[in-house]
Amino acid sequence: MKKLLLLGDEAIAQGAIDAGISGVYAYPGTPSTEITEYIQASKEAKDKHIKSQWSANEKTAMETAIGMSYAGKKALVCMKHVGLNVAADAFINSSITGANGGLVVLSADDPSMHSSQNEQDSRFYGKFAMIPIMEPSNQQEAYDMTRYAFELSEKFGVPVLLRVTTRLAHSRSGVVRKEDLPQNEMHLPSDLRQFVLLPSIARKQYNTLLGKQMAFEEDAEKSGYNTFIEGKDKSLGIIACGLAYNYLIENYENGKVPFPMLKICQYPAPVSMVKKLYDMVDELLVLEEGYPILEELIRGYLNNGKKVRGRLDGTIPRAGELNPNIVAKALHLPVAEGFDISEILKGRPPLLCDGCSHWDSFNALNEALEPYSSGRVLSDIGCYTLSALPPLQAINSCVDMGASITMAIGAAEAGLVPAVAAIGDSTFTHSGITGLLDAVNHKAPITVLIMDNSTTGMTGGQESSAYGRVEDIVKGVGVEESHIREIKPLKRFHEENVKVFKEELEYDGVSVIIARRECIQTLARKMKEKARLKREQKEASA
Amino acid sequence: MKKDIILAGVGGQGILTIAATIGTAALLEGLQLKQAEVHGMSQRGGDVQSHLRLSSKEIASDLIPEGKADLVISIEPMEALRYVNMLNKNSGWMISSMNPFNNISNYPDLELILNEIWKLPHYITIDANKVAKEQGSVKAANIVILGAASPFLGLKYESLEKAVRNIFASKGEDIIKLNLKALKAGLHYTEKNT
Ligand SMILES: Cc1ncc(C[n+]2csc(CCOP(=O)(O)OP(=O)(O)O)c2C)c(N)n1
Ligand code: SF4
Repeated sequence: MKKLLLLGDEAIAQGAIDAGISGVYAYPGTPSTEITEYIQASKEAKDKHIKSQWSANEKTAMETAIGMSYAGKKALVCMKHVGLNVAADAFINSSITGANGGLVVLSADDPSMHSSQNEQDSRFYGKFAMIPIMEPSNQQEAYDMTRYAFELSEKFGVPVLLRVTTRLAHSRSGVVRKEDLPQNEMHLPSDLRQFVLLPSIARKQYNTLLGKQMAFEEDAEKSGYNTFIEGKDKSLGIIACGLAYNYLIENYENGKVPFPMLKICQYPAPVSMVKKLYDMVDELLVLEEGYPILEELIRGYLNNGKKVRGRLDGTIPRAGELNPNIVAKALHLPVAEGFDISEILKGRPPLLCDGCSHWDSFNALNEALEPYSSGRVLSDIGCYTLSALPPLQAINSCVDMGASITMAIGAAEAGLVPAVAAIGDSTFTHSGITGLLDAVNHKAPITVLIMDNSTTGMTGGQESSAYGRVEDIVKGVGVEESHIREIKPLKRFHEENVKVFKEELEYDGVSVIIARRECIQTLARKMKEKARLKREQKEASA
Repeated sequence: MKKDIILAGVGGQGILTIAATIGTAALLEGLQLKQAEVHGMSQRGGDVQSHLRLSSKEIASDLIPEGKADLVISIEPMEALRYVNMLNKNSGWMISSMNPFNNISNYPDLELILNEIWKLPHYITIDANKVAKEQGSVKAANIVILGAASPFLGLKYESLEKAVRNIFASKGEDIIKLNLKALKAGLHYTEKNT
């Protein structure tokens, strides 16, 4: 078959389509977004009626996929690593219910935090849930392992975690497809109480899961995704996980590493393979893209065996992603140097777009807050988080999605009145609504600014689950209608907008100000798309 | 054949179009390739870079090791400076636009930036906006720069032309022609200045 040039994310998407999924459920998040976008844009997926609409958040996505698996069909769930925190309750429990139709959970980690608030390692969650984990090292493996993950999931009746990191997710290379597999017919589990996690049933199911652990390890030994590679020089043995393997190979002419090594792409890592390597070498080097999970296991709490080098002993920096040079240094290989970077070079941090509505919202808010002491704006995650930086310096927090409203309640109850919560529409529907319900119930004296730009701007403009209904939702949650205000975030309405903010800041209760103007990037893309369609129609009729 | 290329610019300037064009040409020649892109946060007017690796043999790492790039192609002069540490000191070429994208308050004096680039042993600096305008539209500036880099890519010029046709196919014949002219103009500039 012809090679396709695919991002790691796209290879996963194509792998899932070819594995016969009936649905992909996801909430956008860098670097996972392109998987769902690829399936949404795929004609093939459309012809196969694969469901691919965005979910409101990662938890709803995960649960919807569990539902599809319950009904016997194959489902893929995609999220960025912190999304797995949101989905964790459903995720962990899905290992207890087990899967009926194949269930694969893709979590994309972001070591070095290119666009995230932490660099947590999803393999921890996989281990926590005690399910198999696949960690591809290149685009072809991303494709192949996605298919294999579905096979494993159905073979063992458990969800499987597929873990990638930014560099693979966003790097392109050639991928060869395999023949596509059919979707499953709908079929319910033979035991209709399998998914009822009452303690008595859950205990039984948990034991079943525990009983499968050896089989998971055996599969990881035999599947071919973990490989032992002989080497003459036994002074060192190397364990390279996922992408780290490439950085290792890069450092040797023709990829010939003189040391024996173990390439790990499937977990639980088989003890027998690790032991074989450990026994034959003087010391070990463990290369992992992410946290030192395997390193810590091998090293042990007392660290009284052979020397194990890696992130824990400082051979490799404790934080941040790997690269060929870091690996070269760990192996005491010579590293090339380029030219020195000039001192005149300046940083170029990302900025809100020129003309973005967030400028106008925060300019108005900043002015309305002038009479008060600073530090009153609890905010959230989205493009607007950039307004923490100069020149706006408008917000004082960004912790996790939805935390603006709830943190404002807590701060207000501690005496910070007025307190403001500033949140985007997509973040509001992700996890702001429940917080707003708390605010209403607590009668908290907070002013909530919902910036409704009818898109998920930060991640590239996906549809926001509000679909233009922010006001209805806010009303439904119980905010008094007289304190639901709408403003148009534009320069020419600045004075009016400041006035609205001032009035609501003085109100001793929950008020919501909805700033409504479409993201200019989303708008521009829509107009381009329209122009393209028009041109195509014209060409077709000509 | 093996070429390691860093592409640099500011979010929205079109480095991914250059990457896609080179990538398509490389595939036409049956080469292997890996191309690491930057998506997300850093696209919003921040600095962006892409690692593009071409080879007749299998490529291991998605990232180019420091000091080993054969080429840095930059759509923006200050961004060019950000990646001189990636260049191979002996043989690396810097191909950069001379047109600043000034969206920060402390942007250095352009003269100083160019002087830094001109200290490198191998470089091409080009007023890509001017050349692109002469061909019909400033929008083709990124393809002008690609043209200026074309003699160093180790690819046949015809493959790049085919790739341009491919990449701009959905935009209509006028845009394809504009970009082919831009590619040629960039090539001519380098031929005259080396
Ligand atoms: C749990 C979690 N999921 C996903 C993300 C990725 N992410 C960051 S901001 C954002 C959405 C922003 O949309 P919105 O709130 O509408 O603000 P905008 O960017 O449009 O201004 C997403 C999906 C994240 N940081 N955390
Ligand atoms: S992408 Fe949209 S929401 Fe984000 S900064 Fe640009 S205009 Fe604003």
